[in-house]
Amino acid sequence: MLDMRLYLAQRLTALLMAPFVLIHLGVMIYAIQGGLTAAEILGRTQGSALWFLFYGGFVLAAGIHGAIGLRVIAHEWLGVPKSALPLLTWGTALGLIALGLRAVIAVTWGGA
Amino acid sequence: MTATSLTVRIQRTPATVAQADTFDVPAHEHQTVLDVVSWVQQHADPTLTYRFACRVGMCGSCAMMVNGVPRWTCRTNVNKVLRDGALDIAPLRNFPVIKDLAVDMDPFFDKWTEAEGQHHGSRSRDEAIAPVDPDSPDRAAANAGIECINCSVCYAACDTVAGNSDYLGPAALQRAWTLLNDARDTDRDGILDAVSGSGGCHNCHSMGSCTAFCPVGLDPMSAIAGLKRATMRRAWGKG
Repeated sequence: MLDMRLYLAQRLTALLMAPFVLIHLGVMIYAIQGGLTAAEILGRTQGSALWFLFYGGFVLAAGIHGAIGLRVIAHEWLGVPKSALPLLTWGTALGLIALGLRAVIAVTWGGA
Repeated sequence: MTATSLTVRIQRTPATVAQADTFDVPAHEHQTVLDVVSWVQQHADPTLTYRFACRVGMCGSCAMMVNGVPRWTCRTNVNKVLRDGALDIAPLRNFPVIKDLAVDMDPFFDKWTEAEGQHHGSRSRDEAIAPVDPDSPDRAAANAGIECINCSVCYAACDTVAGNSDYLGPAALQRAWTLLNDARDTDRDGILDAVSGSGGCHNCHSMGSCTAFCPVGLDPMSAIAGLKRATMRRAWGKG
């Protein structure tokens, strides 16, 4: 139940997420080498426009990518009817993005 | 073969009494699954309904599920597919059953039409035949898929068809791919539009059952991948 638009959106978001995941893991491994507390992490991420854009973009890409994937699984494996798929796709995407952005805002906004 | 008979279980629709579904069929060294089904119809139960025509692997009429796998029964040697001396024969998966082993092929052929599976020529009978370069890469791509016999084994094998009844399926999409690569076909955009809808090529998960089970050794999965690339190139304005 994928037309070309959804297919393209899923591939493009995958393309974006690949470097996001690598950078996320790389920075995480690098940053904890000398031990790191939650306060130290927040001290570096809060107020950083760069980390906001990085994780904000990550969340947007993941929300879109995941919603399209779940749409296919819901239709092909769970038999969710075609008419319910737009609502399911948009609901999942917006839900994932809302949850993700909430976390991103908590980690990258505010602070000292 | 040492056994003198085969146990043949045939799935009947509508369901008949249980014992009518299992038959003892004489075993021979060289016999096809279609021979076995024909023996049942001619010697054990004349009400058994099935479909065949050429018996030599050309017409694509006799495909059935044999021990859970879609096969062209006229070219399937029983000895190669026997499981514990038995054959389980059922109508093709992913099709509505008319009766017994005869399925309704309408969805399969309707999807050929939906995928723009007909030739879109531009010349009349009074004009010279359009030249085709047999060595061009496009022609090679088209040639790779044109020997399809429409047996629908790929359609029965496809798990995406099983989960998404709108999906055009491997045969129709491979047909679209051959036309897209045919120098004489003039409706490239029409074909790409037809395979880009909600049941189009982008639904393929590349699981490869179509290619694995195609009895004539075609590769619909790669044809579908080609369609995905062609639609993407067009989306980016590169063809």
